Amino acid sequence: MSIYYVNKFLFQVDGDPELLARYKADPAELVAWWETERGPWLNRVERTTWLGFTETERRALVGHDYVTLFELGAHFFLSLTIFIALYDADYAARSGPLSFQREYAANLAHWMGKEYPSVAL
Amino acid sequence: MATLSAVLATTHHPFYLKATTAPPEERMPQADEWKRKVEAYRETLTVAKPDILVMVGADHFHQFFSDNYPTFLIGKQPMYDATFYNETREFGLPTFLLQGHEELSGYMLQGLLDRGFDFSVSHELKIDHSIICPIITTRPDADLPIVPIYTNIFAPPLPSPKRFWDLGRAIRSIIDEWPSDLRVAAVGSGHLSLELGGPRQFGETGPDPEFDLQAIEWLRTGDIDGILANVTHESMAGAGNATHGFMDLILMMGIAGPIEASYVDSLDLFHTREAYVTWYPEGAPS
Repeated sequence: MSIYYVNKFLFQVDGDPELLARYKADPAELVAWWETERGPWLNRVERTTWLGFTETERRALVGHDYVTLFELGAHFFLSLTIFIALYDADYAARSGPLSFQREYAANLAHWMGKEYPSVAL
Repeated sequence: MATLSAVLATTHHPFYLKATTAPPEERMPQADEWKRKVEAYRETLTVAKPDILVMVGADHFHQFFSDNYPTFLIGKQPMYDATFYNETREFGLPTFLLQGHEELSGYMLQGLLDRGFDFSVSHELKIDHSIICPIITTRPDADLPIVPIYTNIFAPPLPSPKRFWDLGRAIRSIIDEWPSDLRVAAVGSGHLSLELGGPRQFGETGPDPEFDLQAIEWLRTGDIDGILANVTHESMAGAGNATHGFMDLILMMGIAGPIEASYVDSLDLFHTREAYVTWYPEGAPS
């Protein structure tokens, strides 16, 4: 499990408009680039050598698959924020305010009344 | 000694500004009522005539991340920039440049260390919406120096509810002992029941309306025993996956002490219930 690294991806991409645009336009390209070229760096000089995604994590990120990310224990705030950035405006224009957020909730409805996967690291 | 002129515990709905400044045809039905309630709440701070604001909030993965997420942190700076790019993008929040108060920050930090709270300190802290939202609602001119305190209600494992209460008590004793003629108000923000990124998000009400009413009653009556007997990390998760922000409201009650609130209001909105609570521990302003 490397859910820390998934969270780091969500954190960094959500906070950077250029990366966010790339994640929307070509998620496979951005995820592959970030995993090896951007994610490992602690600063401009120092890097972490051992972090990477599992195949499941990589596929969920490439697929904008917030249900799987939830089930893997990705932080709920990071997931919600980044997918609102990617989808809210398009959904709202088509189906009204909060339509994306409500679909997001509905897609997780099978967790209603159950203990959610932990986001603790 | 300094005067603790007011203690405010409030929710921080990031869409308040957007909702109440939208053109009339785009406003949500509750916008005018919401604005009236916020302006009435603001008055409870204004009449206390504070000189400095001790602000309590929590960084929502804006500056801090899990490579180094502080449990408790205080800022000690002459100034603070506020509002991150993704908060402007999502919530329409403006940027601010707030004045700091390095003397009280330093006195607070040392006092916390002396009392067994080993705080982190930042000299380059940027403020997020957990502090800017209450600035917008309770002091929109943003004309007072702040001492920002951040807690971890967000990246588990979290400190216990009792630890938040005890921290509030410690902050209170430090303000009481501060050798200053200034009037200090403490303004902190958190949540009632709240769900983010889960199946109960963005419903017609908060995810647990019953918890919300009980929580407000605990705050109104200063009932820390009731809180500590009933509120656990698990019970908060049961009320909504982001409900742990309630612990910052417990912290604020800790600053006030186990006393009745002087002002309590709330508003049931889509997605969450707002709560606005004010204590005057040294007596109501004349």
